[in-house]
Amino acid sequence: MIAAVASGFALALAAPWIVRRAPAHAGWMLALAPAAMTAYLAAQVPAVAAGSIATAATAWIPTLGIALSFRLDGLSLLFGLLITGVGAVVTVYAGGYLAGHPQLGRFFASLFLFMASMLGLVLADDLIAMFVFWELTSVSSYLLIGFDHDRAEARSAALQALLVTAGGGLVLLTGLLLLGQVGGTFAVSALIAHAEAVRGHVLYLPVLVLILVGAFTKSAQVPFHFWLPSAMEAPTPVSAYLHSATMVKAGVYLLARLAPVLGGTTVWTALVLPVGAATMLVGALLALRQTDLKRILAYSTVSALGALTALIGAGTPAAVEAAMVFLLAHALYKGALFLVAGAVDHETGMRDVSRVGGLRRAMPLTAAAAGLAALSMAGLPPALGFLAKELLYEAVWPGPGGAAWALGVVVVASAALVAVAGIAGVEPFAGPAHPTPRTPHEAPPSLLVGPALLAGLGLAVGLAPVWTAQPLVASAAGATLGAPVTLALKLWHGFTPALGLSVLTVLAGATLYATRSVLRRDAAWLDRAGRLGPAAWYDWAMRALLAAARDQTRLLQSGYLRTYLLVVVGTTVAVTGYALATRVGVRLPTALGDVRSYEWVLAAAILLAALGAVRAPSRLAAVAALGAVGYGIAVVFILYGAPDLAMTQFAVETLTVILFVLVLYRMPRFARYSGTAARVRDALVATAAGGLMTLLLLAATGFSLERRVSAYYAESSVPLAGGRNVVNVILVDFRALDTLGEITVLAIAGVGVYALMRLRARTR
Amino acid sequence: MPSLILSTAARYLLPLLLLFSVFLLLRGHDEPGGGFVGGLVGAAAFVLVGIAAGVDQARRLLRVDPRAALAAGLLLAVASGLPGVALGRPFLTGWWVTLPVAGGAKLGTPLLFDLAVYLVVLGAALTIVFALMEE
Repeated sequence: MIAAVASGFALALAAPWIVRRAPAHAGWMLALAPAAMTAYLAAQVPAVAAGSIATAATAWIPTLGIALSFRLDGLSLLFGLLITGVGAVVTVYAGGYLAGHPQLGRFFASLFLFMASMLGLVLADDLIAMFVFWELTSVSSYLLIGFDHDRAEARSAALQALLVTAGGGLVLLTGLLLLGQVGGTFAVSALIAHAEAVRGHVLYLPVLVLILVGAFTKSAQVPFHFWLPSAMEAPTPVSAYLHSATMVKAGVYLLARLAPVLGGTTVWTALVLPVGAATMLVGALLALRQTDLKRILAYSTVSALGALTALIGAGTPAAVEAAMVFLLAHALYKGALFLVAGAVDHETGMRDVSRVGGLRRAMPLTAAAAGLAALSMAGLPPALGFLAKELLYEAVWPGPGGAAWALGVVVVASAALVAVAGIAGVEPFAGPAHPTPRTPHEAPPSLLVGPALLAGLGLAVGLAPVWTAQPLVASAAGATLGAPVTLALKLWHGFTPALGLSVLTVLAGATLYATRSVLRRDAAWLDRAGRLGPAAWYDWAMRALLAAARDQTRLLQSGYLRTYLLVVVGTTVAVTGYALATRVGVRLPTALGDVRSYEWVLAAAILLAALGAVRAPSRLAAVAALGAVGYGIAVVFILYGAPDLAMTQFAVETLTVILFVLVLYRMPRFARYSGTAARVRDALVATAAGGLMTLLLLAATGFSLERRVSAYYAESSVPLAGGRNVVNVILVDFRALDTLGEITVLAIAGVGVYALMRLRARTR
Repeated sequence: MPSLILSTAARYLLPLLLLFSVFLLLRGHDEPGGGFVGGLVGAAAFVLVGIAAGVDQARRLLRVDPRAALAAGLLLAVASGLPGVALGRPFLTGWWVTLPVAGGAKLGTPLLFDLAVYLVVLGAALTIVFALMEE
């Protein structure tokens, strides 16, 4: 399992290279890897269905009890199959959709980064590992939405998605850390054993709310749903993969994964079920109003995510089983419809459903796939969607776990989704043909295979659920419920209330579909309401943030070096001086001790040089005087037995003087710009800084230092590191990591100066 | 204004200073010296050429872009920490071999690390100085 996750990351690194070598067939070749992983995971189905759970773990941060532990149970397997299976299909599709794109390598790298992260997320058993993968999916989603980074809309949509999901991720991290504290472990499998203690803990409510915020942002629940339609700026394969089949379901996954730990309480149901139901309704209604194929599908995805959330919130066995079947059905039909939308866009140059039509003649195979997928989405037999909807109705039927209001929401939303299925899957292909920017042709094989496969699977599973999906779905539901379930999927349930509701839904949906042009024309109030919604709050918050940043930058970053120096030195003096006076206290030495005559001479020379630097009539003289001060200090180092320091000081001083001279060369003629008052102020600040350093030094020598440290270094230098120069051994061996950090800073500073000089040279 | 004395002196001082900088680097583990001061002396040698004969001449004599030296140094620093990891010890743990020549001369990853420091210091200093000289 670790190998599967790691190979995904390796593939992300290798993808650009493979694309460069074989640009024409890269999609097909790269798809082999996820396809192989799908096969591997599919081979695990019988064992997992029989109740065996594979685990793999490697230590990560053992001191904190954090491990890279993975666990393959039914829930992980269902998600893993979706991630790798849809991933393989989307890879082939993207190879055709973005054929010839100069950045195809970068695209595949981001796509596989996402796939590996998502796989890690659903396989991880450790909360912290899961969180790291969770954030990685947010990052790769950002890269993929903003793939077309020349367009401002793509960039702002990518940023919006990142801020919402990563912001939610931070809240989630807090929740997970608290959960780890409460439960005493970060391992989900161990937490399930302590579920009673967690649910009874005083921190249960904060933990639950924090984790729910994380899940709701990721899965685009109201009021965080607005980022998902914006994310449609991504290339269509990305929308199909991340923003319908996999990533947006990570929140649902998290809810299902933690349901055995946190679920089953009245608070859980009271928080999760209404949010899910509201999302289901809002998404379905907003979807009706759209004409852009991808936005229609995005809003209907929001609706589906709401349904999944609501079902897991209800938490009854019937609800969870319905959720798992619906999850599978939705991934198949929505993935197919997105890919069809991309093919329509690719072949006609537009994706506005009110302006494309009659494509069935030009694109018969695409039309067939779209029809099949729409059949499943509308919940018509014999597709898998029909089974899912029947189970949905049974789960919310008034009784244990169900409620009349929930049933009402589900019926209204489902009717709307039937109409949306028609708009997305039928309308572009039916009716008379319209002129389009490009003359439509049948899509090439790479664009056909994906939708056909996904839509066909939806039909096949619907026809023979017992042989295909039943064991997988049953064990996934079992993992969510924390108890094994017996599930019998069948197409024909008999004349049940659910069947009656299905018929009603389809009739209502068909009516809505027939009146779609009226809806588009006369329901503009929905748009106006939307303009007051969370998307507007987000815009307002972003504007406020930018304004605050601008104002504080104007205040703090004046652009004048003298102001910066004054602030930095002044702050240091004030803060350090305060700490020195209140915490430490300085004992001034009473006697000078044994001072040699040459030390007097040296001190006098340094002082004279410093005075010369201040009073110098030209910059060059000031720099030379400063250099003399530096050399004097170096001599002090020699006198007190620090040859390493002295040598370095000499070399640094020399180079500094040269640097100064090079810079001075370019400065205007030296003149006194500042008035007497400013000079007095500067003198005061400088004297204060110098005085503070003196006091600091006196205080430091007054301390009884921890002798053991220096004694340890002196003693271990030769036996442990084989070097007699203790200073050097500390630098390159004992504290080598510190040195690594320092030379990194040095390198960045060098490159930074270089970049600034070049930038200046170019702007002139 | 080019000075004949300076440019002549620089021609002879460059190899001497470079030799001295390597000497400082190599003796650093046991005697005063090390990669940092060695790198500074090496940089000073090329700066001297730059002042005496122009920055183009200094670049030619250096042969590689100082930024490349800088990057190579950073890479080498990280690489010198890896043998420790491979042996199951913490990153940057020193690893020594005793050569069967010259009375058992020792080679170790800390020496590589010191060389890395040398390269980074040389590269960073020269990147800045050359950029300023070319302005």
